[in-house]
Amino acid sequence: MDAQHSELLRFTTAGSVDDGKSTLIGRLLYDSKSIFEDQLEAVRETSERRGEEGVNLALLTDGLKSEREQGITIDVAYRYFATPKRKFIIADTPGHIQYTRNMVTGASTANVALILIDARKGVLEQTRRHAFIASLLQIPHLVVCVNKMDLAEYSQERYEEIKDEFEKFSFKLDVKDVHFIPISALNGDNVVDRSENMPWYEGSTLLYYLENVHIGSDHNFIDARFPVQHVIRPYSDDFHDYRGYAGRVAGGILKKGDQVTLLPSGFSSTIKQIDSFDGELDEAHPPMSVTIRLEDELDLGRGGMIVRENNQPEVSQDLEVMVCWFHEKPMRQRGKYTLMHTTQEARCVIKEIRYKLDINTLHRNQEDKEISMNDICRVVLRSTKPLFFDSYRKNRITGSIILLDEATNETVGAGMII
Amino acid sequence: MEGFNYQLNHLKELEAESIFVLREVAAQFEKPVLMFSGGKDSILMVHLAVKAFYPARIPFPLLHIDTGHNFPETIAFRDRLVKRLGAKLIVGSVDEAIASGLVVEEKGYDASRNGLQTAVLLDELEKGQFDAALGGARRDEEKARAKERFFSHRDEFGQWDPKNQRPELWNLFNGKKNMGEHFRVFPISNWTELDVWQYLAMEKVELPSLYFAHERPVFERNGTLLADSHFMNKRETEIPQSMKVRCRTIGDMTCTGVWESDATTIEEIIDEVATTRMTERGGRTDDKRSETAMEDRKKHGYF
Repeated sequence: MDAQHSELLRFTTAGSVDDGKSTLIGRLLYDSKSIFEDQLEAVRETSERRGEEGVNLALLTDGLKSEREQGITIDVAYRYFATPKRKFIIADTPGHIQYTRNMVTGASTANVALILIDARKGVLEQTRRHAFIASLLQIPHLVVCVNKMDLAEYSQERYEEIKDEFEKFSFKLDVKDVHFIPISALNGDNVVDRSENMPWYEGSTLLYYLENVHIGSDHNFIDARFPVQHVIRPYSDDFHDYRGYAGRVAGGILKKGDQVTLLPSGFSSTIKQIDSFDGELDEAHPPMSVTIRLEDELDLGRGGMIVRENNQPEVSQDLEVMVCWFHEKPMRQRGKYTLMHTTQEARCVIKEIRYKLDINTLHRNQEDKEISMNDICRVVLRSTKPLFFDSYRKNRITGSIILLDEATNETVGAGMII
Repeated sequence: MEGFNYQLNHLKELEAESIFVLREVAAQFEKPVLMFSGGKDSILMVHLAVKAFYPARIPFPLLHIDTGHNFPETIAFRDRLVKRLGAKLIVGSVDEAIASGLVVEEKGYDASRNGLQTAVLLDELEKGQFDAALGGARRDEEKARAKERFFSHRDEFGQWDPKNQRPELWNLFNGKKNMGEHFRVFPISNWTELDVWQYLAMEKVELPSLYFAHERPVFERNGTLLADSHFMNKRETEIPQSMKVRCRTIGDMTCTGVWESDATTIEEIIDEVATTRMTERGGRTDDKRSETAMEDRKKHGYF
């Protein structure tokens, strides 16, 4: 494997207990030689002990004791495999309705969402929910795998029917790139190898798609945003007056010599140098972690942001946000929470719940504003200090927030700025 | 722009992610500490920490829980590394904990000090009042670890509650805690064994000789090869013989298996890792005690 030229692709898998999600992941891992013999042996033994027929590949992805006992996935599990072209990280999320929060979590960093549909059952309520969450979280690419084609006589007609049904629904969603593949995860049709049973399908196999989908534009390379994480001051003889702003580029391309504006102060300066342990860099882009030095000594610390003079984010204490609620304790109208956004932290108040969204019908409910776990709603927030943000559509990093309970510090909600 | 691609290769992207997490720890916590075992993953962690804070020194000490049953090579390597970095090293000793009665030594042939490490680790974290312990655990290592967060919240008893973990989204890491609680942080969560080796090769990082094939006296127990030493309580039938072996993981000598191998360079190790059909921790007898051995240990405060 050529480590120097291989890219990283993150994808989520969503599907219900029975639509073959575990089998598909098992197939991808197995065919890419990422399942080890001792793992397979352990799973084989457990399956046998429980009197299950064949090897239950779901046991490979269900890591916790209670998951194995109940035969369900409770939490996001991360799986890894690699081919000579790419390294893949799978966020395997449970498909049950009560676990919307896991799906949202897995989707937040994904390049690709993989949605499974059982060819016999077609588009279900759950399919719609998964597609909606993928669009809400702005996953750039969506692959719909019509699975169990072996049980639908590899019928092109059935495949087209499901495709139409999905498109009728998905045109209402904000998804840019949708791709359909007829597969049989169990038999391996169109997963890694082309299916001989479906000569009518001329598209690529799932693995080929995952290896080749263009992810080079998934980051925002236009609007320069550098949230300051930490100020590096060595206080050593060799680096006596060194003051470097450490952070990860959240958007755009920053170059040595760029005229920049510092937020919140609004002062102007110039990028003097972009440092890394491996030496000085000419430019930095997402998702690089670098250290920036400025020509002038100005007030800038964690929570601050370096941006281009002529391209600034919105600066405001009032935000319109789509929130997914994660906690058993319902969201409180007028309630106060801690908010985390890039490297900023502030207190905030829920000023207004505009509506609750029914994620099956996309109906906006303005009557029932009781927001409990797994609900998605649109709210108006006011923070105690100005935040520097972009819309989530424009930038997933500068457009996202999480809400914490002030007493327990638990993460109770995730929000996408509109 | 012709020919220029704003896409990092997967190793550089993993590096950027880990550096981000390390810097979040320095920014969000008052007193972090880096758990250092002497294995390749903690050597990688130290290397990444050096990069994250350059040209400043690593802003936290290293903590080594010494089971007293370490490979001598591990200790020598550790001391050289600490000296080179000018870092502060804290050693938590299982020998001393046994002597003071904090923990009780297991008995029998398969006795291991692995479980005892947890008590000593929790004791050291409390003594040093550390609020974040950085560890080199990876999600691909073990099925319970596959469910672990980057920022893993622990209650006042150091326990992990897998069903009640904080959701982790985008790169917003919630390190907020109440008095007495602390965090375990795993910056290399998304690396696989192969990624680690490829990266260490790319960066030309120095590694302990134990990882490379060498002759040493070993004996077989339950299908695993163990290195012989005076700590090992051997049965009469367990007769050591010299073989060419290397370690895939480095831990306590009593529970770390060695593998027959001819890989003497990092490139040969990468080839071996890329084609092997056995997991890295397959040689760890501490994981084989039950199907959920790792989850059980983690719930009690193991990392």
